[in-house]
Amino acid sequence: MRGNGADAILRSLEAEGVDIAFGLPGGAILPLYDAFARGTTVRHVLARHEQGAGHMAEGYARASGRAGVAIATSGPGATNLVTPIADAWMDSTPLVCITGQVRRHLIGSDAFQECDITGITIPIVKHSWLVQDVEELPHVIKAAFHVARTGRCGPVLVDVPRDIQEAELDFSYPETVSLPGWKPPRRGHERQILAAANAIAAAERPILYVGGGVLNADATEELRALAETARLPVVTTLMAKSGFPETHELHVGWPGMHGPKWSNWALNKADLLVAVGSRFDDRVTGKVSAFAPGATVVHLDIDAAEISKIRHADVPVVGPLKPILARLTQLVRESMQPGRTEPWLRQIAEWKDQFPLRYNPEGDMLKPQLVLETLQELTAGRDDVVWTTGVGQHQMWAMQYLLCDRPRSFITSGGLGTMGYGIPAAIGAKAARPDATVVCVDGDGCFQMTQQELATSVLEDLPIVVVIVNNGYLGMVRQWQDMFFEERFSQINLTHTVPDYAALARAYGAAGFTVESADDLEGALAEAIACGRTAVVDARVDPREHCFPMIPAGAAALDLVEFQDTVAEVTT
Amino acid sequence: MRHTLSILVENKPAVLMRVTSLFARRGFNIESLAVGPTAQHDVSCITIRVDCESSPLEQIEKQMHKLVNVLRVAELVPGESIERELVLMKVAAPPNKRAELMALGEVFNARVVDLGPDSIVFELTGPPEDCDSFEELVRPHGLQELVRTGRIGLGRAQRPNHNRPRQRVLA
Repeated sequence: MRGNGADAILRSLEAEGVDIAFGLPGGAILPLYDAFARGTTVRHVLARHEQGAGHMAEGYARASGRAGVAIATSGPGATNLVTPIADAWMDSTPLVCITGQVRRHLIGSDAFQECDITGITIPIVKHSWLVQDVEELPHVIKAAFHVARTGRCGPVLVDVPRDIQEAELDFSYPETVSLPGWKPPRRGHERQILAAANAIAAAERPILYVGGGVLNADATEELRALAETARLPVVTTLMAKSGFPETHELHVGWPGMHGPKWSNWALNKADLLVAVGSRFDDRVTGKVSAFAPGATVVHLDIDAAEISKIRHADVPVVGPLKPILARLTQLVRESMQPGRTEPWLRQIAEWKDQFPLRYNPEGDMLKPQLVLETLQELTAGRDDVVWTTGVGQHQMWAMQYLLCDRPRSFITSGGLGTMGYGIPAAIGAKAARPDATVVCVDGDGCFQMTQQELATSVLEDLPIVVVIVNNGYLGMVRQWQDMFFEERFSQINLTHTVPDYAALARAYGAAGFTVESADDLEGALAEAIACGRTAVVDARVDPREHCFPMIPAGAAALDLVEFQDTVAEVTT
Repeated sequence: MRHTLSILVENKPAVLMRVTSLFARRGFNIESLAVGPTAQHDVSCITIRVDCESSPLEQIEKQMHKLVNVLRVAELVPGESIERELVLMKVAAPPNKRAELMALGEVFNARVVDLGPDSIVFELTGPPEDCDSFEELVRPHGLQELVRTGRIGLGRAQRPNHNRPRQRVLA
């Protein structure tokens, strides 16, 4: 098939089964957009900002399990993708970015909208290519998808000079990739899996500490089988939320900085920690030496570099989680003593009763926790709801109060902590799961970082519900200034009222609701969820509320700060 | 503790930057670095000398192995590998000092590659430790300029103990 490089890119995307791409055109990527106009089965969603396009592709990837595709022009278009690329890098999200580059003879001349995007992104991509020969293009796209999706998932970047997009070639899509240096592990070592099974059988207080790897590995069923077979309690990190059913009796919460006391105690008192696709992030461990101090560590991961990076692994198992967990379950079934973990499970259940999540529901203002509790009540039992969040207090309350049973139903920015992730990620998730109700729980600070994508949501018929937990502040910063900087509040006051979020929503052609009291809350949320079009609920909440419990950064899990009934008055 | 890493990479654009960027991110100072072709025309060898403890080194080796263009990472273990370096040095050598300097050079098998009215340029190829010694020896005479290639190395052809691997292949 004769065509130009731009055609070759689209034919390659089609061959990869890509049904949708998110992007924004510009000078150096014009030939590719011309090819879009000439026809393709790939739907293009026009974002309002390349960062939005990148997060949409991430949201799509996380909701579907497939690689997300983001397209941008050279220079500023490409640099606007840097945040989503870094986000995908930290959270192991498969993302393929295609950027235009200036013509080859201009590279290195400081040409208009030129920037060395492959150089800029070296520390945050699995691999990148600056295409120098049009004949290579199909091979590069094939390799890009292969690298993004195999081993530990992550972002890749393909930078295509404009003259390469215009150059002619005879297109054929390669069936295989030739990457002699790319050898992700293909199976776990049987002897190591056996050692893991023995450790589980010998433990009295074992716990599964599950990370986002379990979702990337599509191993949620295998995880559940292991937990049920061995009767192991499960904590899921923020990235693993929805990787194990959260209404399941074996789910014992979420570890780390804002995890409940019972979850952190269970981790702390465990004698065996089975880490499954998790990476001992500092927001989970706090002070590493005080994290599960008495536990033997079994670490299952696709990435050998995560083994013993933070915490020494007594039994490392490197390889794909799905077959490893399946084999481990088989071995455990043979060797496990029935009922062995029941006293331990009862102990954790006691802690759960003893230390529930608490907040003071009294007061003159709407409580943020009530917004999340109401959302949970309104959606309980539904398996067609996908949540996304921004980053901050609202995100942590979402973690604590929303119970997700279905895999890939909670999408958030974990490692990089990217404010503004929620709205575009929700649009991408909606594109991946058109039948789902996608709800973005956002903060007022986050909302204002990517609100322009409401236009994309409305015009591309990708309706989402945005619930702003609007406390008028950069809430988490406020909490830290209150707790750790002697209440010296500095540069955090966004106000509840500027902008008027409901009016702004209406300006974008979306539905807008303002909620100021508990009485109006449920009705507005229910109406927004049911309305079938893009809706924004501005829930104006009490800014004095802190997210508890909290393990201060670098502190030991047992030094967790609990909810206090008295909270400092607002001063600005 | 100093370690010498021998990294086989595909001869592709930006591969050196991808490798060195990993060291930079971890705050490791690269003491010397040499890059050149190997027996295979499409494979290059990067030899890196770095000063760090073993556990962060293992971590960076595993990270390196995840780079798509990296084919093999091995540590050159002292005693089981040959390491060499080339040094060029210009030493102040007024006529009355020449003979003494040239005699020093002979001890180390350093060649005189250029001779001027008041200086000598020596070329020395050898184990990096010999290069260090010669450098220290001529320094008091007035070392004017010095360049070193950085070390390169290979596993020994003949191993002292056949049960042990020639190099520790790390990833």
